[in-house]
This record gives sequence, structure tokens and C-alpha cells, in this order.
Amino acid sequence: MYIKTLLQLFLTFLKIGGFTFGGGYAMIPLIQREIVEKKGWITQDDILDIFAIAESTPGPIAINSATFVGQRVAGFAGAVAATLGVALPSFVIISVIAFALRQFQNIRAVRWAFCGIRAGVLALIVKALFSMYNQCAKSALSYVIMAGAFAAAAFTKINVIFVIIACGVLGLMNSVAAERRNRK
Amino acid sequence: MIYLTLFLTFLKIGAFTFGGGYAMLPLIQSEVAAHGWMSEAELVNFVAVSESTPGPFAVNISTYVGAEIAGIPGAVCATVGVVLPSFIIILIVARCFDRFKNSRTVSGCMSGLRPAVVALIGAAAVSVGQTVFLPWSGLAPFAVSAGIFGLSLILIFEKIHPIAVILASAVLGIAFGFAGIY
Repeated sequence: MYIKTLLQLFLTFLKIGGFTFGGGYAMIPLIQREIVEKKGWITQDDILDIFAIAESTPGPIAINSATFVGQRVAGFAGAVAATLGVALPSFVIISVIAFALRQFQNIRAVRWAFCGIRAGVLALIVKALFSMYNQCAKSALSYVIMAGAFAAAAFTKINVIFVIIACGVLGLMNSVAAERRNRK
Repeated sequence: MIYLTLFLTFLKIGAFTFGGGYAMLPLIQSEVAAHGWMSEAELVNFVAVSESTPGPFAVNISTYVGAEIAGIPGAVCATVGVVLPSFIIILIVARCFDRFKNSRTVSGCMSGLRPAVVALIGAAAVSVGQTVFLPWSGLAPFAVSAGIFGLSLILIFEKIHPIAVILASAVLGIAFGFAGIY
């Protein structure tokens, strides 16, 4: 029974990893359908909590969600099965593509195609920028962090990791200070 | 030892990724540039490849950089590296699920990290913008790139699928290439 569950976890996440385009956020509805509605492994309330935690812990959301669901359903081995499943399709497909890209990258038409594609990618990033901005709280602290972190990451050589740590610490200090004020 | 370097570099990237794929770009760019593994343009090209293939961006990019630098064993090292921090952290968090869920420390940190993710995506846009607009000496290729960017932006805000947008911009790139502009 246990082995069967592990196999099912692996195959379910293999399907999720193999059929979602666009990364972690695009996977959320599919994980919900497969894990909550079809398999009934996790309740609707719990899966929403899991997604919220997957977003607020370091690491890619897809991996975080897979590890978490796997652990919930079948412990450590389940976490391994689900994580392996979600990563494997990417790994295989990209290994093949990396080889092909190297062969084709010097063809004239491919080079031109990528000139156009880079402009398209810029549009995708600008779109992502708008949606993340809309989801973000509009407080004074948010704007200060956005401006400071943007300037540091885009125009200085400061290590991005320090920028991320500093922003987390600032957020924490601000919420501790707000709590103190409320208590008075 | 290239395998260890790949593993440790992507371990670092995995441990400091918050939010979605694009927020990872500045960190990946600085690491990849520091090691001289790949040009900025190659990295941006790969973002398009990753959008057009299934799977999480983090796994795609680590597999790609690993495979480019040190073949399949390199791809394994980089991918295991990017996944491992998530895996360990989630296993720990899953044990104290309720405490973590209601933790004011976590929500405090997140109130600083959410705007940081916006800033990082903004920084990614600036550096990708440089690969789109700066390499040209004449006005024509610059104008064509700006046109493709503008059209893509309209399409993507009209909720056209990202893969369709990438395909359209590829076709335009090839067309203007044959027209002698690129």
C-alpha cells in the first residue's frame, strides 16, 4: 500500500512537472486539482496554507509545494518521490534542449529569432513586474524597500543575497516596531 | 572542481529565491557572470526556452547551466543544488506547520520580501532591456526591437499565451533578419 502511494505521488507530480508551462504559479491550479479534487490526499484549506507557506519560504514554489505535499501524504519518502517527480521532466527535456541549442545557436535564422525573442521576453518580465506590484501591499515601507532594493540590484555591485536579507530584516523590524506601538 | 562549484552556486541560488522565476534572474545573472559561465544574452535566450518548455524555471535554468558547463553530471549537480535548500527547509517547516503559519516573525519578514521581489523583477527588466536595446549601432535594429517589445507587451496584456508571444517575436525577428535589419 505504502509503495503504491509513493508511486502515485511520483507519477502525479511527474504529470504536474511535465505539463505546466510558466513555472510555480502556473502549477498551483493543477496541484489543487490533482491532489485535492482527484486524489483527496489533502483538504482544500490545508492546500491553501501549503501554497502560502511555499511562497514564504526560500526556494522555487514548485519544489516547495511538491516537497510539502509529499511529506504530508507519505512522510520523508513521499517528499522525495514528489520532488523527484516534479523536477524530472524539466531535467530530461532541458538536457536534450541544451544539446540542441548548442548545435543551432550559430545558425543565422536562429540568431535573428532570438533577437526578436529577447524583446518578447522583456515584455513578459514587464507583465510579471506589474502583477507582482499589484499583489504587493501599498505601504510606505513597501515603496522604500522597492526603491532601495531596485537601485541596489539594478545599479550597484552589491550582492543580491545581501539585498534580500536586508529587505527581510527591515520588514521584520518594522512589524516588531508596529507591534510595540500598538501595545502602548 | 567544477561539479562542487556548480552544486554550491546553485545551492546558494536555491536558498535565496523568493517568489517566482523572474525574481531569481538578478541572482542567477550575478553568479553566472561572476563565474563567466554564460553571456547575458544567452541567459535571456534561455528564459524564452524555459517559458516554452514545461516545468519550474529554477529546475530548467539549473539543468541548462549545469549541462552547458559540465554535461549531464554538471546538470545533476546544479539541479540537486537548487532543489536541496527547499527540500530541507520544507521538511523542517512541515513539522511545525501551525506555528509557522501563524508566526509573526515570518509575516514580518514577508512584508519586506514581497516588495523586494518586485524590485528584483524590476532589476531583471533593466538588465534584459540592455540586451534588447543596447547592442545596436544603428537606429533601424533599435527601432525594430522596440517595436517587437511594444507589440509583445500589447499581446501579453491582452492575455495572449506567453508561448504565442514568444513565437510571434521569433517570427518577427527572423523576418526582420531576412530584411537585413538585424
